[in-house]
Amino acid sequence: MLVRPRLIPCLSIIDHDLVKTVQFDKPRYLGDPVNAVKIFNEKGIDELCVLDIRASRNHRAPDMGYLADIASEAFMPLSYGGGITSLDEIERILFMGYEKVVINTAFVNNPRLVGEAAGRVGSQSVVVAIDAKSGLFGKCSCFVCDGGVKTGRDPVAMARLAESCGAGEILLNSISNDGMMHGYDLDLISSVAKAVSIPVIACGGAKDVGDFRRALDAGAHAAAAGSLYVYYGKEKAVLINAPEERRLFEVGIYR
Amino acid sequence: MTGICVIDYGVGNVGSILNMFRKIGAGAFASGNPEDVCKSDRLLLPGVGSYDFGMVQLAERGLDVAVKDFAATGKPVMGICLGMQLLGMSSEEGELPGLGLIPFDCKRFDFATMPDAADLKVPHMGWDTVALKREDPLFVAVPEPQRYYFVHSYYVRCKCDDDVVAECEYGVTFAAAVRRGNVSGTQFHPEKSHRFGMCLMKNFAESA
Repeated sequence: MLVRPRLIPCLSIIDHDLVKTVQFDKPRYLGDPVNAVKIFNEKGIDELCVLDIRASRNHRAPDMGYLADIASEAFMPLSYGGGITSLDEIERILFMGYEKVVINTAFVNNPRLVGEAAGRVGSQSVVVAIDAKSGLFGKCSCFVCDGGVKTGRDPVAMARLAESCGAGEILLNSISNDGMMHGYDLDLISSVAKAVSIPVIACGGAKDVGDFRRALDAGAHAAAAGSLYVYYGKEKAVLINAPEERRLFEVGIYR
Repeated sequence: MTGICVIDYGVGNVGSILNMFRKIGAGAFASGNPEDVCKSDRLLLPGVGSYDFGMVQLAERGLDVAVKDFAATGKPVMGICLGMQLLGMSSEEGELPGLGLIPFDCKRFDFATMPDAADLKVPHMGWDTVALKREDPLFVAVPEPQRYYFVHSYYVRCKCDDDVVAECEYGVTFAAAVRRGNVSGTQFHPEKSHRFGMCLMKNFAESA
């Protein structure tokens, strides 16, 4: 029986660089993504998510050769998002060793892609990413193209649509909290998790394992993070790291 | 070609399995050609996706017959995830019969009528521990406590208890690994279960 919720490093890449953003902006160069994947292997992490954050914005298709380089070093479940627009791309990405594809911009432009993909490769391999930003009066809206284009849609409605189209999971990202390291948007997590029966992966804002616990308590099925896994200490020194298992027991994530 | 043949039938994660064999230094190749299957030393049937689509893809290439013939030679066969499910008789997911190498069927996780399990999501996705029911060459020297990565909406229910090698529990108890003679299967993904899966894949590559 699962007593270990999934905790997932979410790596942002631009071309072949590992970066970390703040509120989807100001990408800071951190190093080589393949090297980071090797380190995460040794740490025995649960799952890894790689997002080429500028691909859709720059109308760039997934860089298949580079994705293969990453996959060849990843002996854990792996997902990829960024610039995917076709079923053919999805099949090629899964074939080379990814378990899941993450679809955001293409879901809004062409929701049928998600259904077609689920029919071909199974829902479990199709993740819809929702990038939500809180605006005035706490109203939340979804964005696509790496936060560049506002859709005017509400995250709960978007999540329900994703589920009805056949998505197997929701990667729920808070643009407002991204890179801030002061906690997840728990209200957002709770509202979306209540609205769908598929798993919701919370992302955006985690500073420590206590935040993981809070996201899971709010209804997330899994917790993802960027900064937490690539920064160390108050000064945000770049260091690929993962929480010790002991800490995860201490805060009650593992039982 | 000799070595381990990873069957490429347009379904699933051939790449990650080849990556793992490369990592552990085992000679493996991917092929969808029945002749290559026949000449190989060991056969690995991967699979991600739906049951009938998988069976159709095998049959279109003549691989269903090739796998059965290979199994009859006594050389090692291993199925992973959907690849394991296809070794059985049938599945609630599809209408087509399976390869029929081990007598089991596949049922969908259905927790609607189970109050204790109503919170459980389908698919069963994530790392889980398994309980070994008997000794098996695949599980020799795997570090304890063993845990593996699972992603599946259907589970295997063996008709003979003796075919169950390891069990896992998710609302119901199901077969996480099966074996009948030279034919084995794991519901989980050893190729994505870092040090645990690495050990298991090495056992498959080196087992007699």
